[in-house]
Amino acid sequence: MCLFCVPMPYIRCVVWIMSVWMWKSPEVLLYCRCSEGREPVFISDMASFKPTKVQFLPKLGEKVTEDTLYWKNYKSPVQIKEFGAVTKIDFSPLAPHNYAVTASTRIHVYGLHSQEPIRSFTRFRDTAYGGSFRGDGKLLVAGSEEGLIRLFDISGRVALRQFTGHSKAVHVTSFLSDGFRVVSGSDDLTFRVWDVPSAVELSSITEHTDYIRALAPSKLNPDLFVTGSYDHTVKVFDMRSGSSVMTMQHGHPVECVLLYPSEALLVSTGGRYVKIWDLLKGGQELVSLKNHHKTVTCACLSSVGNKLLTGSLDRHVKVYNSSYKVVHNFDCDASILSMAVAPDDEVVAVGMTNGVLSVRHRKHKKDKETLTSRRRRGPSYRVFVKGKNFVPRQDDFLVSKPVKQYLRKYDKQLKSFEVSKALDTALQTWTRTSKPEVTVAVIIELNRRGTLKNALAGRNEESLTKILNFLLKHIFDPRFSRPLLTVGDIVLDLYRQVLHQSPVVERQLQRLMEVLGREAELQQELLQVLGILDTLFASLTPRKEVAALAALPVDQGPQLQAA
Amino acid sequence: MVETSDIRVVRCGGSKVNLTPPIISSDSRFVLCTSGDLVKVYSTRTEEWLHSLQGHTNQVTGITLNPANHLQVYSCSVDGTVKLWDFIDGILIKVQLVSGLCVSACPECFQLVSVHLPKSAEQEVEAKEMSAVSSHISKNPSCTAFGRGVRSVKHIFISFFSLCSFSLKATDKKGAKNAFTCIACHPTDDCIATGHEDGKIRLWRNFIHKKEYTYSTQHWHHNAVNTLCFTPEGTHLLSGGIESVLVQWQYGAGNRKEFLPRLGGSILHISASSDGQLFCTSHSDNKITVIESSFKVCGVIQGLVKGDAVLTDLMIDPRSKALVLNGKPGHLQFYSLLRDKHLYNLDIVQQEYIYEAGLDQFEVVKAAFDIKGSWLATVEERGKKSSDLEFFLKLWAFDERTQSFVLNTTITAAHTDRIISMCFSSSEETTMLVTAAEDSQFKAWCQGADDQNFWSCDFVGSYHKLNPTNCSFSADSSLLAVSFQEVITIWSPDTWEMLTTLCQPPGVIRDLCFGRLSCSKYLLGTTTKNLLCCWNLLTCELEWSTSVDVSKLQPDPFSENVAAFSYQSKHTDLFVFKPSEPRPLFTNKNVCSEKVHRAVFVPREEPLNSCDESTQWLNRSQLYFLTQNMDLLTFSTATEEDRMLSSSKQLVIDDSVAVTPFYLLLGKHRQQQQKLNTQSHPVSDKPQQTQGSLLHTPAHVLPAASVLCSMFVNSFLISNTGVHPLRVKTLVNFPKLMKYELLYL
Repeated sequence: MCLFCVPMPYIRCVVWIMSVWMWKSPEVLLYCRCSEGREPVFISDMASFKPTKVQFLPKLGEKVTEDTLYWKNYKSPVQIKEFGAVTKIDFSPLAPHNYAVTASTRIHVYGLHSQEPIRSFTRFRDTAYGGSFRGDGKLLVAGSEEGLIRLFDISGRVALRQFTGHSKAVHVTSFLSDGFRVVSGSDDLTFRVWDVPSAVELSSITEHTDYIRALAPSKLNPDLFVTGSYDHTVKVFDMRSGSSVMTMQHGHPVECVLLYPSEALLVSTGGRYVKIWDLLKGGQELVSLKNHHKTVTCACLSSVGNKLLTGSLDRHVKVYNSSYKVVHNFDCDASILSMAVAPDDEVVAVGMTNGVLSVRHRKHKKDKETLTSRRRRGPSYRVFVKGKNFVPRQDDFLVSKPVKQYLRKYDKQLKSFEVSKALDTALQTWTRTSKPEVTVAVIIELNRRGTLKNALAGRNEESLTKILNFLLKHIFDPRFSRPLLTVGDIVLDLYRQVLHQSPVVERQLQRLMEVLGREAELQQELLQVLGILDTLFASLTPRKEVAALAALPVDQGPQLQAA
Repeated sequence: MVETSDIRVVRCGGSKVNLTPPIISSDSRFVLCTSGDLVKVYSTRTEEWLHSLQGHTNQVTGITLNPANHLQVYSCSVDGTVKLWDFIDGILIKVQLVSGLCVSACPECFQLVSVHLPKSAEQEVEAKEMSAVSSHISKNPSCTAFGRGVRSVKHIFISFFSLCSFSLKATDKKGAKNAFTCIACHPTDDCIATGHEDGKIRLWRNFIHKKEYTYSTQHWHHNAVNTLCFTPEGTHLLSGGIESVLVQWQYGAGNRKEFLPRLGGSILHISASSDGQLFCTSHSDNKITVIESSFKVCGVIQGLVKGDAVLTDLMIDPRSKALVLNGKPGHLQFYSLLRDKHLYNLDIVQQEYIYEAGLDQFEVVKAAFDIKGSWLATVEERGKKSSDLEFFLKLWAFDERTQSFVLNTTITAAHTDRIISMCFSSSEETTMLVTAAEDSQFKAWCQGADDQNFWSCDFVGSYHKLNPTNCSFSADSSLLAVSFQEVITIWSPDTWEMLTTLCQPPGVIRDLCFGRLSCSKYLLGTTTKNLLCCWNLLTCELEWSTSVDVSKLQPDPFSENVAAFSYQSKHTDLFVFKPSEPRPLFTNKNVCSEKVHRAVFVPREEPLNSCDESTQWLNRSQLYFLTQNMDLLTFSTATEEDRMLSSSKQLVIDDSVAVTPFYLLLGKHRQQQQKLNTQSHPVSDKPQQTQGSLLHTPAHVLPAASVLCSMFVNSFLISNTGVHPLRVKTLVNFPKLMKYELLYL
């Protein structure tokens, strides 16, 4: 019954005790309605055990921004094995957004979520190159090693047209934006424009002095296209004039060119460099990015926010934000040759030299919601809602039961002074691998209590190995090194007599010694560098006389007047 | 300089309440404890301080209930008197008039003296009959205990001493730390419990027969047992020690026991109420805990916590105007000086405190408030003795919603060595913290931009690899002074340029402060070589200097005055001066005999308007200072004392009712009634007249009978003006409430 009202029978007393939740809910509500204003006495649960504080130390490295979160939100990649190096990936501009993958002598067309090709074009006698869709997604054009250019209907198997004329391999082919012409660049230093209906060559221009390996048609103007070549130049051609209207020096063999949707900016990649050119300023270089350490082979734009993605032989895909800072990084297994992003960034497909096509699908909130809602569903709902919607009346007193304190296992053991057990709990595999800061926090707490020695003593070979492994892994982490060095000292002190009995422990200690020696050397080198930098900075700053004397009275002027 | 008599040093609040075991009144409504030269009465229900028994002129050393009258209490003091009080009304009844036995353990000789005094009706009687029972007794009150019945007391004493002699043997035999620490006697059984230094409790029986005693040992405490207490029925034995766990042993049931852990500081004394419903434990952190017999804490009476040393400065919280210093281990305490009440503890370290002797734990060593009280910076430190020093710099933001400080930033490695000095900039717009450490650097910390409101380092400064000793901001925060050993450097916090250096060798700079208001162009510094210097910052020259060994320099934030405590030839002098003139405004020689290390100016609630030159400096703020013996002292003026006296007269509380808002409402009502009563008294002087007029007046002109009734009855009552009021009270022993009811019958 109510604590305060029992002695007074005339007081109406309503007690709600939700006995069901005595153990479930953190708070048991007890309402009592009294006709007289008596204050309830709160008995404070004064001193409860304070759990071990796990120090949160920020990890050095990249900062988490919205961009990183966006690009992290992809599922783990699906790997599809192709017959050879994947040289080109192109997404269909039409709704199902199938994509054509050019690898070896085949072009496979995959659906967005299928892992088996829904169509394949295999009529190539030699390696096929540069399979790309027309703007309506119905035709596909591809060049080949033998110099032939083939045009396929997406639903057919046999080539509709064959354009012959190039004397060497054709690496890049593309439709112009009117859809009736095809432009192709070849190793014979020419690029040619073909008419689709009549299959005749409209023009052939030779301006580059080396292999042509990059091509980007303009989407706004059917007569414009950009080419990049191994002769280190990027040229903009206008079919109306029949010659190049702009030439930019990239400085390295150009592997890929890309136009922004506004077509004011041009991206060219080659060597380790990615360069952005401003076409409206007559081809002025805007930025030169050097974030890869091997040749950058491909670049593409995301459709949300026009983020630039570049892939390189160093097996990384880098995502840049609008100010060309790297915001995210995808790692791949092999050198990257080609890459494409589906409309709405649904899929990122990456082709590699080892013939693996890796496809990343975007995670959706929907998937997560269905998962969690399935988990939530159950008969417990009614129990949870019971009494929750009770609204106390105006003259009700709310008596809350003190919240029960939930302690972690190691805290419970620390509370009862079981130090060895607490250390064992903290050294469990999951904790020590995924949350080493928890393990270190327990070690610090034990050290503070002066019982670290007791906790480390009396261990067998197995648990000692566990501790030594942890030391080996984390002793250089600047966040943990101080407490862990203490642990090392104590372990050596405790087990000095018996160490030679176990070859495993001895080996580990030797490794620890090596590793520590290396670390000490490194520290010394760093200190030397610091010394060099100090002298440099000291010589840089101009020597100033004590000129501030004059400035001093100004500070105090008004107060003097006030005085 | 004439030492003015109207300013005197007074001991102010926060004296120890844990010196002697607290006692609970027989009806379990009050807790009495000694506090300095007072005996304080608290309510067990509300933990409120009701009133205090004033009269002793020195430290009260013991209190005990009068066995003949449970509403009276004896107290003994170092001033050589034993007084008998009515503790409900707070009235002194008798001085040195005792009918039974009383124990006073005088701290000078530590002799147990039995005082037998004749019965007498007079108020002051000299006690002549005195017999020393034993000497070589420990000062600690837990080391003496009484057995059952007055008659057997002598026996118990004798056996107690035989035990003492036995204990020495036991120590020799085992070689363990068997020394006795405390003793308790069973109330009904012939049994004595003793606590030992190694944590064992021994129960001795059969000690009346010579050399045939037996004892049983029980062991739970891992450190010395501080105190033991039997419950009044003798069914349980309570013990406590440094672990701060109250252990309840079942008497005669072997090892069955209950625990109440984490009570606070180490337990010094335990006492039980006569009905066994309540227990009281007093703790080393100046605290009394009231515990129900069901082992539930139901009240905490907290005094000003004074540890071994106050490591932080004395500070004033700008919001609550409370005194802030470190209290419980790892906490900052907020203490209201006005009400002499502990407000709350702020947990700084946020770690489980391990009650173990000799364990090196985190302590708050530095703390600083910014000018608005919205930020608090603290430094906690551990490992002073060992080589690896650990310390954290923490910044706390004031949360308006919860009205307390919330941790904002923890900086783990703020410096590579100990932080020596720390101060906030005093400007309103931007808050900046400057820390100076022994790694010969000082660092400025600023709050980050809007998106990240945590603090980060803004500037690192050093001067010729010298160790900084002090840092201080000017009143408008346009200048920062950092002293490096003998050199003072002046920096501009806006550009972080070093503006100038000031130097006055020899001697390392000990204290540093800027002048305020009209004197803000002066910088004051004290050195270890007995020099007090004042620089003019406009000319960058030494204005004046004088040879005084200043141990503490404290500027008043509300005026130009600066207080300097100097320690010379074993007594401390105080000088109050303005930086603009080297002649002191006020001098007080021999303030106290110890060194003063901490002092603070506390703003007054309402300023005094004294015109006297020597007391003018106390008009707007009050100077509190802490001596090495941890006594908190202050200066009080004559006008202030007058005001205090008059207000205390108003506040005489008439009854045992706690002062609650509810009471204040009711109390007013009662006062009016009281006035009515006194008005009716003149009438009762002439009873015949009243009755006559009442009887002769026609009934239709009389007021209602209910109005006249009380007056009529009163007129028949015999006036009690001739009897001594004290006498009446002791005779009748009715609470006043009852008296009113009687009157209205």
